[in-house]
Amino acid sequence: MAAIALTGCSVTGVSNAGGGTGDGTGTVNALFMKQAGYTEDDYAEIIAAFEEEHPDIDVEPTFVSYEALHDKIVTSAPSGSYDVFQIDVIWPAEFASKGIVADLTDRFPDSWNDEMLPGVLPTAEYQDKFYGVPNGPATKLFYFNWDMVAQVGATEEDLATWDGVLDVAKRIKDEGLSEYPIAWSWAQAEALICDYAQMLGAFGGEFTNDDGELIINNEQGVAALEWMKATIDDGLTNPASTTFLEDDVSKAMAQGDTAFGLNWDSTLRDLQDPSISSINAGVLPTPAGPSGDRPGVNGAMAYSIGANSTNQDAAWEFISYLTSQGVQDQYVDAGLPNWSSSYSDEALVETNPEIFEVAEAAYDDSILRPAVPNYSSVSQIIQVEVQKALLGDKTPQQALDDAVAAANDIQEG
Amino acid sequence: MAVATAVTPPSREAGPQHRGTGERKPVKRRRERQGRFAFWLLLPAFITVFGVIVYPMLRTLLISMFEVKSAVATVTPFVGLDNYVQALTSGGFWEAMGRTLYFTLVSTGLELVLGLAIAWLLNAEFRGRWLIRALVVLPWALPTIVNAAMWKGIYNAQYGALNGLLSGLGIIDEYQAWLSDPFTALNFLIVADAWKTTPLVAFFLLAGLTSIPNELYEAAKMDRAGRIRTFFSVTVPLLAPSIALVLVLRTVEAVKVFDIVYAMTRGGPANGTQTISYYTYVTAFSEQNYGLGSAISYLIVIVILALSALYLRLLRRSEMSLL
Repeated sequence: MAAIALTGCSVTGVSNAGGGTGDGTGTVNALFMKQAGYTEDDYAEIIAAFEEEHPDIDVEPTFVSYEALHDKIVTSAPSGSYDVFQIDVIWPAEFASKGIVADLTDRFPDSWNDEMLPGVLPTAEYQDKFYGVPNGPATKLFYFNWDMVAQVGATEEDLATWDGVLDVAKRIKDEGLSEYPIAWSWAQAEALICDYAQMLGAFGGEFTNDDGELIINNEQGVAALEWMKATIDDGLTNPASTTFLEDDVSKAMAQGDTAFGLNWDSTLRDLQDPSISSINAGVLPTPAGPSGDRPGVNGAMAYSIGANSTNQDAAWEFISYLTSQGVQDQYVDAGLPNWSSSYSDEALVETNPEIFEVAEAAYDDSILRPAVPNYSSVSQIIQVEVQKALLGDKTPQQALDDAVAAANDIQEG
Repeated sequence: MAVATAVTPPSREAGPQHRGTGERKPVKRRRERQGRFAFWLLLPAFITVFGVIVYPMLRTLLISMFEVKSAVATVTPFVGLDNYVQALTSGGFWEAMGRTLYFTLVSTGLELVLGLAIAWLLNAEFRGRWLIRALVVLPWALPTIVNAAMWKGIYNAQYGALNGLLSGLGIIDEYQAWLSDPFTALNFLIVADAWKTTPLVAFFLLAGLTSIPNELYEAAKMDRAGRIRTFFSVTVPLLAPSIALVLVLRTVEAVKVFDIVYAMTRGGPANGTQTISYYTYVTAFSEQNYGLGSAISYLIVIVILALSALYLRLLRRSEMSLL
């Protein structure tokens, strides 16, 4: 009876959206991702500089791995423990519809419409409202081991298409330079969806139709997955890929175990760091498939303010600083800037020319993952079914049919 | 129980039989005072138990009957037992239950056999026994998360110690990705878990072994019982209470297994290592379906209660008192 009396109220203990603007001073607790992009040291430097400019604001950073970030944001939401948190491009719909992030639309200056890259501005947009300030474009690029490629007499041009990549990979395997020339981040995680997205785009497919229904069981979606599975069967893909995250791919490349791998734009810094990597690394936009496109997956992230944060003004102050052109230009080797004019700043482009060049190409055809409120569930379903196909438990067609059925089921339910 | 023991000894000491009846009053007052003192002593424990066990359990029970799709949701409709029905009719729930059952049976069995063997060895007289006994407990002292990270390194497909060892011995030709096949991965998780928890089992059983009087073994010797016969006719029956206790403990722990899965495989590949606790976690937090997640946790509680009750009944039937 007591339970029935509660109908209509909330069992979460939250009666209305909490949070407040604060007085623009005090402590800002910020939650960041640990890997890819800005490092902990980068953030420490930026925070120190910010605190010098704003003596009455104190920023307390916390770092978690990407795989733990979503759940940490979700579980800390009711208490408002974090004023600022980094969110992935796939979460705004979920977090906005569940009241976890604050609506920042009114805080966005109009000038950003012109100053920010048009593809970057909507990173954390949902239903015409902004829920986060982008921290620059990010996509998966194609990394390769120059020495192995050169040793089999191949060139950059040979790596412009996936057919070309497979051909060079076969030669590298036959020469005995690498047992498995390609490594992928195909663990049961979001990383798998990112790799699949780029293959899906290369085959001319899309995740959803205009009605928002998942359609990856169509011709292009299945062809992309069949192609992925064939690279395992042909012994070109490292079979351990189904346990790899991006970091494992990067390590495999850095040790010279493997010749090719898709990875985020910030990976080049690690692969060129002699204390981490022993190889001569090159980078290209993701190779073209039958569609002729070279689509990078949109993997941008953004800084949001917790809906229950009681210090939102100070939080905004910090986010504005963190994403300002001056700061972003300083850290271009860790992440590309939001700002259009940075890309025509020759002196700046000189500091990281390879990434600027290929990122531009990859962004032209970028492929989006579905922007739906229950994306996490949809993603879980696709991860498991794609893995079943890669492990040979199901045919690609069957696996994707099952994924589509299950995903559209929960979309409706 | 604790209240009674705290109060009775002083009252006996100041018993009225030694004093005149006129002194009854102060005794009563002292008794009251001591009762109050005991209450204050117990209060912190009571608050802790209520705060971390009773309140969350009641709250979870409540949430399990509502549709809660966000931790900050303001509207949460009452849905009665719908969440329970949804859990019990979903394939994912039963698959996770099946994997958990397999994990529980195999890991508990493995730990029992290995634990018994180790306990048997450690009970024998030999020089430096104290050192070996101390060393054996080391894995148990490791935090699970550290154990998981260590085994993840050992199983690594490119530089793992297991690949190094097996290829060095010529057992495998090329390095294997041990955690890339769903069923294999589950079994390798079991090994990692058993390595850590076998010492606990061994120590429980060792405690049981040391309490078996030597006379019984001498008697068995006089009756010309062999080693094996002695083991099964003397050791095992007398060790049964310890075995039962350790079985209850380990079964309950194994059904709840979460952290080693989280740290090593995150339920993959293809959900092959997704145990019921991990499934609950994904449902509640990754998919933000708190109502359904709470309902599944209650179903786990029911399974654990049923298992515990079964064990305790078996114990009573075999006339071996546990407590």
